[in-house]
Amino acid sequence: MSLAIRATTAIAACALAALTLGVSPAEALSLPKVEDPATLKECSTCHMVYQPQLLPQRSWDAMLSHLADHFGENAKLDDAMRIDILSYLLANAADAPDTKGKSGVLRGIAADSVPDRITSLPWWKGRHDEVNLSNLKSTKVKTASNCIGCHTTADKGEYHE
Amino acid sequence: MKRALIFLALASLSWGSAMAFADDRRDAILADLAAQAVAADPAFTAFSADRGKAFFLATPSSGKPDTPSCTTCHTKDPKAKGQTRAGKEILPMAVSKTPDRFTDAEKVAKWFLRNCSSVLGRECTAAEKGDFITNMAAQ
Repeated sequence: MSLAIRATTAIAACALAALTLGVSPAEALSLPKVEDPATLKECSTCHMVYQPQLLPQRSWDAMLSHLADHFGENAKLDDAMRIDILSYLLANAADAPDTKGKSGVLRGIAADSVPDRITSLPWWKGRHDEVNLSNLKSTKVKTASNCIGCHTTADKGEYHE
Repeated sequence: MKRALIFLALASLSWGSAMAFADDRRDAILADLAAQAVAADPAFTAFSADRGKAFFLATPSSGKPDTPSCTTCHTKDPKAKGQTRAGKEILPMAVSKTPDRFTDAEKVAKWFLRNCSSVLGRECTAAEKGDFITNMAAQ
């Protein structure tokens, strides 16, 4: 299948997921594009590189301390690389001084909970509550974790649709 | 016209040498794996594309439940694009489609380690890795 047709199919799946429940265009989210070379190299092979602003520091800290079981995959890194990436993620996390208060990402997260998935955040669920996510598995988008499957510029930090 | 021809000649020359360079690097990785295979089993003679193909298409189901086979993510056609569990596209494994496949020793080691553990629940042997690459280089 050609790329263009694939892309169209994916967008159609998203549009369908959204339209079935009459979703209105949500307000856009704009995050800084990930430019850190180590993070780009190691965190964008299996999935789109997620912006560090989408999880709190404690989540990144926990995630990078058990990479041997990273959502069922072995994503182990050597320690120098791991620390390099972690320091970038911590400095730009949702609750880092430069980020805090700029988005609603942290809304509703209990202080003692350590969310492991962006899609588990009350903020994320609120922003997608009118989207039918149940049939994504059978489409090219495959999973709600595949942001760029619907938000076509998500890898650049721009979530407009 | 003459200029265009010279350009074409130069372009095909550089494409040709880039391919040859990639082939050299892949051959070096295979030579290293062959030495390891002999060390593990003195009866080892050569890698086999047929064994590599059977290995790729098998469903060992001895690793993680989400990845029973190589083909779970890579599809049964090495010339086709695959998709990760997280939805990201994987370029074809066939060298004819993705010429720089198996040319970066570090990358090759890293992904065999991860994916053999996911699919087989163990590390792959040097013979298995060499058969796998030999098959994909012939595709």
